Amino acid sequence: MRLDLVLGATALMAASGLPALLGGRVATRASAVLQVVAAGLGGAGAAGALFAAAPPAALALPWRLAVFEVGFRLDGLAALFLVPIFLVAGLGAIYAEETWPAAARGRGAGRLRFFYGLTAAAMALVVVAADGVALLVAWEAMAIGAYFLVVADDREEAVREAGWIYLAATHAGTLCLFGLFALLRGATGSFELAPLPAGLAGGGFGAAIFLLTVAGFGVKAGIMPLHVWLPGAHSAAPSHVSAVMSGVLIKIGVYGIIRVLFLVPDPPPWWGGALLAIGAVSGVLGVAFALGQHDLKRLLAYHSVENIGIIVLGVGLALVGRAAGEPVWVALGLGGALLHVVNHALFKSLLFFGAGAVAHATGTRDLERLGGLGKTMPRTAALFLVGAVAISGLPPLNGFVSEWLLYLGFFGAVQSESAAGLGAALMAPLLALIGALALACFVKAFGIVFLGSPRAVLTARPHDPGAAMLAPMAVLALLCAAIGLAPQTIVPALERAVAAAVPGAAGAPPALAEIGRVGVLSAVALGFLAALAAFGLWLSARTRGAPRAVTWDCGYHAPSPRMQSSGSSFAATLLGTFRWALRPVEQGQPVRGTFPVRASFHSRVPDTVLDRFLLPVLRRLARLTLYARYLQQGRLQVYLLYVAVTLLVLLALV
Amino acid sequence: MPSVLQLAVQTLLAVLLAPVLFGVIRRTKAFFAGRTGAPLWQPYFDLVKLLRKRTVLSSTSTWVFLAGPVALAAAALLGVALMPLGPGAAPVAFGGDAVLFVYALALGRFVLALSALDTGSSFEGLGASREVSFAALAEPALFFGFLALARLSGSFSLSGMLDRPLLVRWPDGGPAVALIAAGWFLVLLAENSRVPFDDPSTHLELTMIHEVMILDHSGPALGLVLWASMLKFLLFAALLVRLLLPVGESDAAVYAAGLVVGLLLVALAVGVVESSLARLRLVRVPQLLVSACLLCAFAFLLAARS
Repeated sequence: MRLDLVLGATALMAASGLPALLGGRVATRASAVLQVVAAGLGGAGAAGALFAAAPPAALALPWRLAVFEVGFRLDGLAALFLVPIFLVAGLGAIYAEETWPAAARGRGAGRLRFFYGLTAAAMALVVVAADGVALLVAWEAMAIGAYFLVVADDREEAVREAGWIYLAATHAGTLCLFGLFALLRGATGSFELAPLPAGLAGGGFGAAIFLLTVAGFGVKAGIMPLHVWLPGAHSAAPSHVSAVMSGVLIKIGVYGIIRVLFLVPDPPPWWGGALLAIGAVSGVLGVAFALGQHDLKRLLAYHSVENIGIIVLGVGLALVGRAAGEPVWVALGLGGALLHVVNHALFKSLLFFGAGAVAHATGTRDLERLGGLGKTMPRTAALFLVGAVAISGLPPLNGFVSEWLLYLGFFGAVQSESAAGLGAALMAPLLALIGALALACFVKAFGIVFLGSPRAVLTARPHDPGAAMLAPMAVLALLCAAIGLAPQTIVPALERAVAAAVPGAAGAPPALAEIGRVGVLSAVALGFLAALAAFGLWLSARTRGAPRAVTWDCGYHAPSPRMQSSGSSFAATLLGTFRWALRPVEQGQPVRGTFPVRASFHSRVPDTVLDRFLLPVLRRLARLTLYARYLQQGRLQVYLLYVAVTLLVLLALV
Repeated sequence: MPSVLQLAVQTLLAVLLAPVLFGVIRRTKAFFAGRTGAPLWQPYFDLVKLLRKRTVLSSTSTWVFLAGPVALAAAALLGVALMPLGPGAAPVAFGGDAVLFVYALALGRFVLALSALDTGSSFEGLGASREVSFAALAEPALFFGFLALARLSGSFSLSGMLDRPLLVRWPDGGPAVALIAAGWFLVLLAENSRVPFDDPSTHLELTMIHEVMILDHSGPALGLVLWASMLKFLLFAALLVRLLLPVGESDAAVYAAGLVVGLLLVALAVGVVESSLARLRLVRVPQLLVSACLLCAFAFLLAARS
């Protein structure tokens, strides 16, 4: 019943963009309404499956596609991913009515609507797919649809290039997935995503399964060395698309990793260890690269890499726990990771919506040209601040709860006598480092954009956006606060998802509610809010009507906005610490002499993997392939000669 | 409910006791400088004076400017609730409360750094940048210490980790605890902006960290920041004292005396450090913090071996 609802909503979502293709304001609006309705229905179905205890529903299609059977399944894990998919897609559909209206964008808006619906539907389909074939078909539809979303603004060179890199990266990942499902079918005789028999995972076969899973799904998820497409695509896409991509699309990669790796009942210990290492690298370097960015959306994109790292840390802990036979680590690691999936979908979409509002109002995303928007865009500022506190993992919002679950897991692992457990426990200080760096980065992002005074004269007069953009942000901010203040409401859903993700576990998994006692968190958070309110009321009463004066600048008499901290100067100390990985490009003339005439400084942080390694290597490769042109003479006789030679060789061989 | 009563008593005591630690530090420094120094309760007078004065706001600032002191004070109060100051467990104790303790203080730092950026002052921007950068290196040291203590004590709550006098059981946990204490003392100096990380009494804004962030705060807002800083110092000092105090739950009176003497000794040690050391160059600060991390990491290794 709920599966039918979800599949129906998915079909509606896929078709929702058709009216918009006709063009025109009314047709595009009709598509938007259809998308919101589809998102509402699908979200209701998924939430029903998630919060009401119901057995997982399955549907095998009566027709057969060649030799394959195509099936769909709605269990706790799928439902946990479906809820954010439909929520963020629906909110984005509303948001787009104001940022990408048909009136201003013409046919581009219609095309964007169409592919938006298609991509959202494909994401939902990947998650409910019960076998490899259905998953791959939906996966490819999602990847291609997302390409057209990224290049919506295709008049810009940078956008086209980002789209191209994305397309290349995603197909490299899909290739791995083809290999993965072929291997799985070879082992089990069917494409069905069912638990593997024990004893298969050792040796080369297991290693191949693991590496193909992590590489294939990891490209989409954006784990660290495979993240190359992510910063460019996220900053090039329209903001509501960035929100969907960063909030939910990259999580589909996480879904794949969790779904496939936990089909193996006896994973070797090194799987979990490898995932912990990948998570650590993605987490620390993701946030370090974010610190070096000047483009607000690019900064947020690198934070997606960081948060995927945190999620992968949780999955790694769960795998270590599965290998070591420690159900508590599995529950806490996977529970924390899955909650972080939901949380990241909420606050990252909120932040991208906020960044979109800033770009919409000012026409720039460059931190060094922004500033002081808190006075002209107070509502956007307040909502962005909620997202910034949440993503920094600070109490009393939702980001803290998921990181706290992970900490509980790591601190549980430290009691273990095994080297694997002690190694996993070492991730706790690392998570603290990631959290503190994220805090620094969001002090920078919020402080430079919304506080102080404007750093440049902008042509547009900034103002808060309208209700269609603010309302989706407000909904997300409320949900961030709700999970932070009452985490016990979502814990049963997490337990259901963990149970569905770990098939064939002996007995019921240990209850998160009992290990974590998250109810205490809720009480503490409420007490904390009360203290905040009390101090705030007192201080605002004491300072009412306080006189205003110019900022104290240590006796200097002509302060100017250009003297404020800039984004790069704010991050300079930490960038220095990570210089070995970031390799910032710095240009400028230092201050020289007693009466310096002119000095300048400019720094930027290119992506080390993409710009310093991958692109040069690929360019060289492209140059090498030029030699193949000698084969292409363009003369018919030569091609006939090729055919003849090939036939002769084949005859000789066969 | 006894824990509500305990919470009220503990908060009251912490609020009353915290300023005197600052008085002890100042008095120690005065002694080393050959001065008489201000009376021990001078910090109380300072607080009362600030809370009664009028405030002046920067014309650049918004509501975020006042949110900084408020969040810092609320976070410090939450920290007091989580800290086992009494002989038994803290008023609020649960598995994982150590994370909440660190992250609540981080929230205070987050909002205070924002309120510094809200003024648009170049100096306050520098201070905010340094504060969040150095804290990023101090937090792993705290967590390495927590890991080692969790391993030694089998608990992941502040009250459980600091419950048993581990130092006296020298062969088991003693060396690890000594290393943690050394690392955490450095963290205490860094988190509370003391010499050699920061000089709270310098007059050169360019070299300061914490003090320069609050240049524009005045009157009650500044009073709130000062009060919260005192509480924060008390919290970190209590962390050290509970770690090293060998009395445990034996006798309430002995325990209370030990705690108070311990807190005063920490303040005295900070005063001695401030009198005998110069502030480090800013580029050296990360190196010292990494050393603190390594001390605690070695403690973890020792604990893991046992």
